[in-house]
Formats: sequence, C-alpha cells, structure tokens
Amino acid sequence: MTELIGGYFTSHVPAIGGAIAKGMQNEPYWKPFFDGFPPIRKWLGEKKPDVAIVFYNDHGLNFFLDKMPTFAVGAAHEYRNADEGWGLPVYKSFRGDPALSWHIIETLVASEFDVTTCQEMLVDHAMSIPFELAWPDVAEWPVRIVPIAINTVQHPLPSAKRCLALGRAVNKALTSWKSDDRIVVIGTGGLSHQLDGPRAGFINKEYDRFCLDNLAANPDALTKDSILRIVELAGTQGVEILNWIAARGALGDLALKKRTENYHVPISNTAAASLVLERAA
Amino acid sequence: MGASAATKQGAADQPIPGTTLFTGTMAERGYALNAMCYSFNDAKNRQAFIDDEEGYCARFHLTPGQRRAVAEKDVLGMIAEGGNIYYLAKLAGIWGLNVQDVGALQTGMSVYDFKAMLLAQGKEGGKS
Repeated sequence: MTELIGGYFTSHVPAIGGAIAKGMQNEPYWKPFFDGFPPIRKWLGEKKPDVAIVFYNDHGLNFFLDKMPTFAVGAAHEYRNADEGWGLPVYKSFRGDPALSWHIIETLVASEFDVTTCQEMLVDHAMSIPFELAWPDVAEWPVRIVPIAINTVQHPLPSAKRCLALGRAVNKALTSWKSDDRIVVIGTGGLSHQLDGPRAGFINKEYDRFCLDNLAANPDALTKDSILRIVELAGTQGVEILNWIAARGALGDLALKKRTENYHVPISNTAAASLVLERAA
Repeated sequence: MGASAATKQGAADQPIPGTTLFTGTMAERGYALNAMCYSFNDAKNRQAFIDDEEGYCARFHLTPGQRRAVAEKDVLGMIAEGGNIYYLAKLAGIWGLNVQDVGALQTGMSVYDFKAMLLAQGKEGGKS
C-alpha cells in the first residue's frame, strides 16, 4: 500500500546554493538557517521515501513568457537542471516516475484541473536546492520525483484557494495509487520576500508566522486572501507560499504533527523557513 | 479588493506602493527585454552580449526605453519597461550584481545599508 509520510517545506533562495558550493554552512550568517536541516535529514533517513511530489515554481529556466502554464505536471523519465545564467553550479538530474505522473494527471483532469503535461522539463534551483539541503553529499537522489510547477511569475496567478484544491486533487491520486512506495510531498519557496521595485527588501514576519501556524491544522485560513492581498502581505516573490499551500493540500486529511520548524531572517532578501509536517502515528 | 482588480486597466492595475505587479500588460510591454534576458541562460549568449551589447540588444528588438534602461543599468527603468525580476536577474548576473545589489539600486540605498536593513528585520522583536 502506498504510504504518505508527510510534507517537507523549505525556502529555495538561490544564494543557499552558493553557500553550499562554498562550504559556508557554519558561518554566522548561514548557520541559523542550515541548523534547520539536520532534523529534516534525520526524519527522511527514518522514513526513507521512494518518491517525492514537488510543488515549486520555475524562474525562467524551463518556461518563458511565450508559453506560461498555470499548473504544469512533469511526466518525464528524467529531469535535468541547467545553467540559469547567474552562476549556480548545475545540479544532478532527477529520476522521474512517469506511471505515477500520468496517474496524477488523469486524476487531476478528472477533477477538472486541466493541467499542462510535460514529457521534457528542465527543473531549476527551486527543485535542486531543497534536495541539496535534504540529502547533501549523495551521489544520486534517493527518490524519484513528480514535479508540479505553479505559475508565480505572470499575473493572473491561480488563487490560493485553487492551489489548495489542486493539492487536494493530487492527494486523491496519491491515496488511490497502488504501490509499495513511500511518498513525501515537498513545497518550496517563500517565505515573505520581494526582489523588485522600491519595496525590495520587504519582509513580513507576522504574516509568515500566520502561515507557519495555520498550514498544518487550518490551511483554508491561508486561502482567504486574494493574490493581490498575498503580494501585499508577503511580497511579490513571497507569493511562492502558493507552492506550500498546494503541497499542504496534497497531504489531504492526514493527521499531521509538526516534526520540526525553523524560521530565520534574513537569507539574502528572504525570510527563510523550513518545516516538516509528519503523519501522526 | 479582489484579485481581479489586478487585471483592470489604469491605476487599479498597480495598487501596491513600490510594487509593479507583472500583469499581462507588463508582460506584453516587456516581452523583448525578457526574451533577451531569458537567452542569457546560455553562456554563449552572455558572452555575445558582453562582446557587443548594442548589437545583441538590436537582435532582440528592444524598445528605445528598454535599450536606454539596459545601457544605464537602470533596474527600476527596466521594470517600468516590462522587465520581470526573474529574467532581469540573469542580466544582473552578467554585471556581477546579486539580488542585494539590485535591491540597493532600486531603493537608493548603499548595498551596505540595504543588507543592514534586512538584518535589522531579523532582529526586530527577536527571532519569531
């Protein structure tokens, strides 16, 4: 029987990749952030997931504005990372799980989520950095992935309510999937930050706290705000909280407990967070 | 105010102070500039831009406003001309600027002060 072990959530700030490449994890600036990860690695080491369903957003590696899907589901055998243009190392490739991808796609479309499907899909730092943080120093990733990309770039963005519903439809697919696999759901990005405009550097600890406190038990609380209001509260890129909301939806009505949480301001321009919600008993 | 307000024309299109929502209007305005920046995923193209900025911008049919903003490394100008920060970051990378440098440029602060502002937000009210 397929087992859903819980959710792992983390920021995916590119500078984290730079810090890893330079071995700066224990420097005073970085340590408070990296200290969030040993408990997450321990959890993953205990649960040994086989597959990760990853909700993330592309930053102009795979998708350009010529074709910008609102929701895109990968259905590839392999997903490669590539040069993003500003100096991060090119990260290892990921193995896919096409059978599960198509099962998710079929379930989503049957649930009236008419997603874009991708048999070729580059994945950017929003995929690679959470994996580098969770499984450092492995020769190959110990899990296969199903990437689900949400447009957080070009407005109109899907509403938080719609993203939660998307996640819940993914949960229907996971709970009806016949396998012996253990599945972890991953949501990447956030928390509050804004890179562009005179408001660059905007951070909102109060809103971040609200999100961290409600994600497990009351995710619908995060869907009351319009996208415009979320941008106002979380910053233009803080809207990546949509990935967390969708990932939370994919955990369905699983009884969850907070295994570990870390929140630190700032990493680069961002309020950085990591969180594990595990299946309770 | 509903999310739909973001798609209406006029002032309601950009209701958050200091913030340009990357709407359809902006995406259309910025297409050429963002297309050029997207090309910088390829190292060969980054080099081609460095070797001949004028010619490279012409190849992508930048508007005069976009061309001026790029020539002057005017980040707010590029955003006003429809540039999206995710794509502009690739151009900033060519110039050796990270997002904190870009933040400083946009807020009129020194990089030192911009970083200090971020650190101060971490300390405010203690670690939450």
